[in-house]
Amino acid sequence: MSLLPFAIAAWLFIIGLYGVVTSKNFVHLIMCLVIVQSSTYVLLLAIGYKVGGVAPVFAGVKVGTPAVDPVVQALMLTDIVVEATVAALLLALAVQAQKRFRTLNPDKLQELRG
Amino acid sequence: MTTQLAPLPVVIPLAAAGILAGLNKFTPRRLADIVSILVSAAVLGISLDLMNAAARQPILYWFGGWTPRSGVALGISFAIDPVGAGLASFASLLVLSAFVFSWRYFESVGTLFHALMLVFLAAMCGFSLTGDLFNLFVWFELMSAAAYALCGYKIEEVGPLQGALNFAITNTVGAFIVLTGIAVLYGHTGALNLAQIGRALGSDSSPIVIVAFVFIMAGFFVKAAIVPFHFWLADAHAVAPTPVCILFSGVMVELGLYAVARVYWSDMDGPFAPHRMALTSLLLSVGTITAAVGGMMCFAQQHIKRLLAYSTISHMGLMLIGFALLKPAALAGVALYVIGHGLVKSALFIVAGILLHRYATVDELRLHGHARRLHVTAGVWVFAGLGLAGLPPFATFLGEAAIEDAGEKAGQGWVWVVFLVSAVLTAGAVFRVGARVFRGWGTRQKSARGSKEIADKPETTPSRRGVPPQLFGPAAVLAALALAVGVTPGVRGVAQTAATRMADAAGYQAIVLDHASIPVNPPPVEHVFPMSSVLRGVVATGLALALAALSLSRYWRREYIVFKPVRGLISGLQQVHSGHVGDYVALLTLGVAAFGIVLPVLMKLGL
Repeated sequence: MSLLPFAIAAWLFIIGLYGVVTSKNFVHLIMCLVIVQSSTYVLLLAIGYKVGGVAPVFAGVKVGTPAVDPVVQALMLTDIVVEATVAALLLALAVQAQKRFRTLNPDKLQELRG
Repeated sequence: MTTQLAPLPVVIPLAAAGILAGLNKFTPRRLADIVSILVSAAVLGISLDLMNAAARQPILYWFGGWTPRSGVALGISFAIDPVGAGLASFASLLVLSAFVFSWRYFESVGTLFHALMLVFLAAMCGFSLTGDLFNLFVWFELMSAAAYALCGYKIEEVGPLQGALNFAITNTVGAFIVLTGIAVLYGHTGALNLAQIGRALGSDSSPIVIVAFVFIMAGFFVKAAIVPFHFWLADAHAVAPTPVCILFSGVMVELGLYAVARVYWSDMDGPFAPHRMALTSLLLSVGTITAAVGGMMCFAQQHIKRLLAYSTISHMGLMLIGFALLKPAALAGVALYVIGHGLVKSALFIVAGILLHRYATVDELRLHGHARRLHVTAGVWVFAGLGLAGLPPFATFLGEAAIEDAGEKAGQGWVWVVFLVSAVLTAGAVFRVGARVFRGWGTRQKSARGSKEIADKPETTPSRRGVPPQLFGPAAVLAALALAVGVTPGVRGVAQTAATRMADAAGYQAIVLDHASIPVNPPPVEHVFPMSSVLRGVVATGLALALAALSLSRYWRREYIVFKPVRGLISGLQQVHSGHVGDYVALLTLGVAAFGIVLPVLMKLGL
């Protein structure tokens, strides 16, 4: 099993977080958050991958044929659904920030502190 | 029979939320109120019934009938033990009081508010009842999504928008960290059912297991507002509508710690058995820091909701200390503390909401002497403040005494100092606010925040007529309940049995995977608390009152040399709480990294 997918997952996680920390624009920031999330997709799929395995559809397949793990694929789909909700909600908040206060910059949207 | 009830705490509110949201345009406000109150009361009843039944034998419900075969669980289950069902009951009680409170309080909301609250309730119940790790994550996300929307409900202002964005972004990062941990654990064990993971792990403490646990723990600590993952909490609480604050502080934050405790006790106790001391030392120090930072920031606030929010952070530190002892007896103390704290904190938030309702501000200095005529409300405030200080016989005292007792037995006799400091700072701040706002004590000061003050737009049309009973009623009832729970005979036995059940990993695995029936342990004999813990509770309350009096006196404003380092420390802390989401996520990441480095080092050292 190659280590490459795990390295990519770690890279996406770190670079996404870097984007979230340094972002000056909420839409950009939310996209960076989606990149962090992509790392979890890669990680989940990499964990369930089997070299030489077929897709986990078992109609007409001989018993004992190696297949990739369907559970992680289900997890990943759930993850996509859940996070799509959160991303949509966050983008809606960003739209409100632009509409009402004419800014998408986290530095400008500052009222709470201390 | 009771088994068939198991999915209802989730199904009923979700269905009701769907109907209310779908018929949003046609539902009159009062009808939505009545439906929501009935639904949350029904969920409360069912959860209490489940808790009762689970005390005899934990309840298992396999969705779609996918029961485990030869120890392999493919289906998703609700594995209901008394702690989980108790938390579900507590959540529905608080949702019920929030709905009663918002009957009069919230005039401008449509029925979407009710739908969101019901989704929030369903997610909290599912989170408490589930026996599956990934399912736990899904409920966590559903709970969070509903919470973000509720937090930013008054979206037309800068504050709520900023608070909701900070809350949503930091918590989403936390959720990804949890998910990464779950993925790693699944890759290692091939299981998602908590019992099956526990059995697969046994006492395997390979580095990958430790890494997975650090990820899961740190991710849930974001929700539990443990330093340095806590920054979102004060921002979210300062701006969320009052009924929502009740749920945030009263139960949602505690559920973050519950998840860590659940994962630890069902899966990680075996792997950590040789390294308990390392985990205990790490979590005890983190809990102490959390309690101290929360307490100091709490005392430094003048925005009352923000003050209460920092007090919640401080108390989360105390609950973490209870968990960190890794003893069932301490866990029982935490359970009692969660209930006592949730009840009094909700009462305090409701009083803050009443002040906002009457005077359109929750700034302590602006409210100076304004509320002299609200005698009942003032009484509830002080009464709840006493509960916050852990005065016997409030439920908070019972929890605190149990944790201190367990600490003493585990060779950590010093934990009472942290409880004392936290109680003095947080309850002192509450008493100070009470004296200023309801009695007008202390000199009148200009609000120092000036233009930077958080705009507190009223959530209602401010009314000068009396406070309607729907507003102070829930506060009085909740605060009285905190006392009632404390004096109920046998409540410690119930908590002790529940905690022992939760901490019994082998029994849990046998029940879930092998359909075994584990007899109930006889309720342990209740020993009387030593006089010293009663004395400590009284002393803490006295010191809190003294601190409040001192802070209102003219001595407080003089520049004594001893105050200098404290003031420097607090202003430093205030600068770290910058309100900038990028800073929050950076500190959160550093926190995860620090956990990942310090825990293995402590384990290597064999501490």
